[in-house]
Amino acid sequence: MFAAENGLRGDPRLQGISKAIRVVPDFPIPGIMFQDITTLLLDHKAFKDTVDIFVDRYRDMGISVVAGIEARGFVFGPSIALAIGAKFVPLRKPNKLPGEVISEAYVLEYGTDRLEMHVGAIEPGERALVIDDLVATGGTLSAAVRLLERMGAEVVECACVVGLPEVRVRLVVASSLLHLCKMALGLKLLLLLDKSSQFHITGTTQT
Amino acid sequence: MSAYKDKDARINGIKDQIRVVPNFPKPGIMFQDITTLLLKPKEFKDTIDMFVERYKGKNISVVAGIEARGFIFGPPIALAIGAKFVPLRKPKKLPGKVISEEYILEYGRDCLEMHVGAVESAERALVVDDLIATGGTLCAAINLLERVGAEVVECACVIELPDLKVCYVAKFSRQF
Repeated sequence: MFAAENGLRGDPRLQGISKAIRVVPDFPIPGIMFQDITTLLLDHKAFKDTVDIFVDRYRDMGISVVAGIEARGFVFGPSIALAIGAKFVPLRKPNKLPGEVISEAYVLEYGTDRLEMHVGAIEPGERALVIDDLVATGGTLSAAVRLLERMGAEVVECACVVGLPEVRVRLVVASSLLHLCKMALGLKLLLLLDKSSQFHITGTTQT
Repeated sequence: MSAYKDKDARINGIKDQIRVVPNFPKPGIMFQDITTLLLKPKEFKDTIDMFVERYKGKNISVVAGIEARGFIFGPPIALAIGAKFVPLRKPKKLPGKVISEEYILEYGRDCLEMHVGAVESAERALVVDDLIATGGTLCAAINLLERVGAEVVECACVIELPDLKVCYVAKFSRQF
């Protein structure tokens, strides 16, 4: 699941990438230690290394679609798509994409949200990658995978810069745990960095 | 302002990939949808290449992209020209300390935010968005960068709606 487990252990670039990400306490609400990748984007070498690591992994996998989750998935996805010759498909919050869309709901701590994708953006049988900056409960990623699979694509992997796989989720929203289980069982996930050991979360986090 | 009008063979290919969606987000608006361009790797790459060719070697150290479609074009440009990428976001999305610039919409106002410390004084900056209409958002972006002492070299957009140009003419008198 992690870069280390995927044969990237000891990649000297990972250390620089990790150092470039800052943690902002109590954002967006008290108790959340927010993993802020914007400081990574200010470090040209570390940002380039991040994209390069993903590109090195995915370039020979026959991937024709990179789907990026709004908005921080837009920061990483297009560069990867351009380098591997794939199309880029934005997955967006409701009512942002013009024209015909399909829509998938996912669970938040309080309530639900939706992710949308253009009808016709991908064709059945295409091999796809999902990109986001971070995975916490996996709810958004699961919705992204369902969108792509509904259009007949095969999701090869979900790639995130940071993972919080051992988030302790308040069981108020039991289905978040379901998403986590689905993730572990059904989804292939690549995470460059494991930040779970640095802190624990008492509620659902960013996505 | 259309730097490559009729001159570059790649332009027509790029234009052909952009679709127009009528009556979005509301009746009467002919929405220029760049997502269809992103589905064509060659034309998407050509778009980025044209910007990179223009801005490489101009000592630009900051590419600021406007949420959210500026996040699609800005980072590939930044990576190619050796600049940092700075996201300019809607309110309350950026964690930590921010500065904020208000701008006017057709009905009401909105705000653009930038991280304090992301850009330093005297840095040369590019602003990137998919489209310029009235220029209100771009002006807010320029103001944010200039408030921290950066020099905005140019604003780069894939599409221009010339009939709607309002406030941006005065800001774009710089040469480099």
